[in-house]
Amino acid sequence: MTGRRVALLSGALVLLVVVAVVGVGIGAHHVPVVEVVRALLDHNGSPDHVVVRDVRAPRALLAVGAGAALAVAGVLIQVLMRNPLAEPGVLGVTAGAGFAITAGSALGLAASPAGELGAAVAGAVIATLLVYSVGRRSPLRLVLTGVALTAVLSGLSLGLRLLLPDVFDRYRFWSVGSLAGREQAPNTVPLLVIAVAVACALLLARQLDAVELGETVAQTLGVNVHRVRLAALVLITVLSGAATAIAGPILFVGLMVPHLARRFAGSSVPWLTAFAAVLGPVLLLVADIGSRVLLPTGEVPVAIVTAFLGGPVLIWAVRRHGAVAAA
Amino acid sequence: MTARLTARELTLRYGDRVVSARLTLDVPDGAFTAIVGPNACGKSTLLRAFVRLLKPADGQVTLDDRDVTAYPTKALARSLGFLPQDPVAPEDIRVRQLVARGRFPHQSLLSTWSAADEDAVTAAMEAAGVEDLADRPVHQLSGGQRQRTWIAVVLAQDTPYLLLDEPTSFLDITHQYQLLELLGGLRDQGRTVIAVLHDINQACRYADHLVAMKEGRIVAEGAAADIVDAVLLKEVFELPCVVVPDPVTGTPMVVPLPGASS
Ligand SMILES: Nc1ncnc2c1ncn2[C@@H]1O[C@H](COP(=O)(O)OP(=O)(O)OP(=O)(O)O)[C@@H](O)[C@H]1O
Ligand SMILES: [Mg+2]
Repeated sequence: MTGRRVALLSGALVLLVVVAVVGVGIGAHHVPVVEVVRALLDHNGSPDHVVVRDVRAPRALLAVGAGAALAVAGVLIQVLMRNPLAEPGVLGVTAGAGFAITAGSALGLAASPAGELGAAVAGAVIATLLVYSVGRRSPLRLVLTGVALTAVLSGLSLGLRLLLPDVFDRYRFWSVGSLAGREQAPNTVPLLVIAVAVACALLLARQLDAVELGETVAQTLGVNVHRVRLAALVLITVLSGAATAIAGPILFVGLMVPHLARRFAGSSVPWLTAFAAVLGPVLLLVADIGSRVLLPTGEVPVAIVTAFLGGPVLIWAVRRHGAVAAA
Repeated sequence: MTARLTARELTLRYGDRVVSARLTLDVPDGAFTAIVGPNACGKSTLLRAFVRLLKPADGQVTLDDRDVTAYPTKALARSLGFLPQDPVAPEDIRVRQLVARGRFPHQSLLSTWSAADEDAVTAAMEAAGVEDLADRPVHQLSGGQRQRTWIAVVLAQDTPYLLLDEPTSFLDITHQYQLLELLGGLRDQGRTVIAVLHDINQACRYADHLVAMKEGRIVAEGAAADIVDAVLLKEVFELPCVVVPDPVTGTPMVVPLPGASS
């Protein structure tokens, strides 16, 4: 069992590297794979190499960070809510982060990447607390509250952007969820934050294994359930906040990837987290490549690509879940 | 018999609903204690207080003369194993994976799965009779198979105290007696077993110490032979019956009278 999962995880890692390297070459200006590798290892300043090093590779790195953050946040939220249909987007966390960045820029507070990150995390925290306090009594209430909050906040964000078009010109793509144009910003801080949070999630995962058995059993197995829940909630808000700061509100990745990962990881939360941290980046890289090639004239925001993929996956997950519940 | 696990003057309540008031119970060490009583009399509530799932409104539960609330959570989990009345398994989990989670209190943040963990899980599955189900998804099992899987989880926890809330529910008659024999065997190895049982004849046959509860109070406790008679059954269960010696073991056996429910 473990041997099989090690092999699968290694395979997923190889896939990630291949997708990243090949993907960097793909776009309006095509760069052969050999040149991509050479640009990264032996930079000679040619236009090809400059495109790879200064534009495409940083953008791929952002896709990796945002993908891992959303997917791991999705795993945490599904385990925490004991609800396989939960995801940061559905629970309003992403909309909270997005609105906070929009409102922050309207007030001129979130101009730097660190400011964006701070605003995003603060927004995610407030949204989480709000949704959790209103909807904690049942998973259904939780999702309904999250969807309602998302609708309200998205409307408010749109209103702000229409009122202040100049301020938001540079957020045009970001506001629908896109990596385009984000690669120039110094994104070291959000990427580091994501790396640390994913590592913490892996350390927390074994306790979540026990929490998944329900509060009663977890408590008698020696888990401090309230502390673990709180820690997971903090990680969820930090991860979704950071991902939103990087790429805007991208829905469905946090839902899709955990379901995919479950096929390989079984029910073990540590393995689930590890698979999600690798498959999330793969998905977002592929979606970003799609966003660059689907329209020859311009770019489709990556969130639209993930939504196209995510809709059918959501239906599949609901049907599968229904089948399990009926069995 | 000495007691290391005790309830002292416990008052247990949910909001304003008082379930037990000033309840005191010494759990004899290394013995099999059975708790019997009608539905809703507070048996589960008492067990939950013992394993610190319910905070007493007054009084305390002590283990080795120390209040259980003073123990670190994991240390307590290495002493007290608990099977709730209606545990729910996560979706998609397989029997062996569920049983493995019983090892949680023996693991630290970074420790890896050890040979001792592996042995404990295998032994627990064999004892509970679920080794043939190891790779089956738990949600596809029958009620009795699922119950035995949860028993294996508690056994894998490998604790000196086992507190089991209706461990025989869902089991067919053969598996009920297998489980009772298993619990008797664990007692013989020196463990302390406390089980809520609904079958009074089984309780009389297997328990060293019987606790009869009604409306949150302990009405009688002691060896079954000393306390079980028609008067007690009338008082606790309002059941007209005769009590005869069990033809195999000689322990009290309750035979209800015709028209007992009227
Ligand atoms: N979480 C709860 N909140 C409020 N009241 C509760 C709660 N759990 C139990 N009770 C009440 O406490 C009383 C004792 O319940 P308990 O579960 O301890 O009974 P029991 O003896 O285990 O019964 P059974 O044989 O049916 O399992 C009942 O009146 C029940 O309604
Ligand atoms: Mg009960």
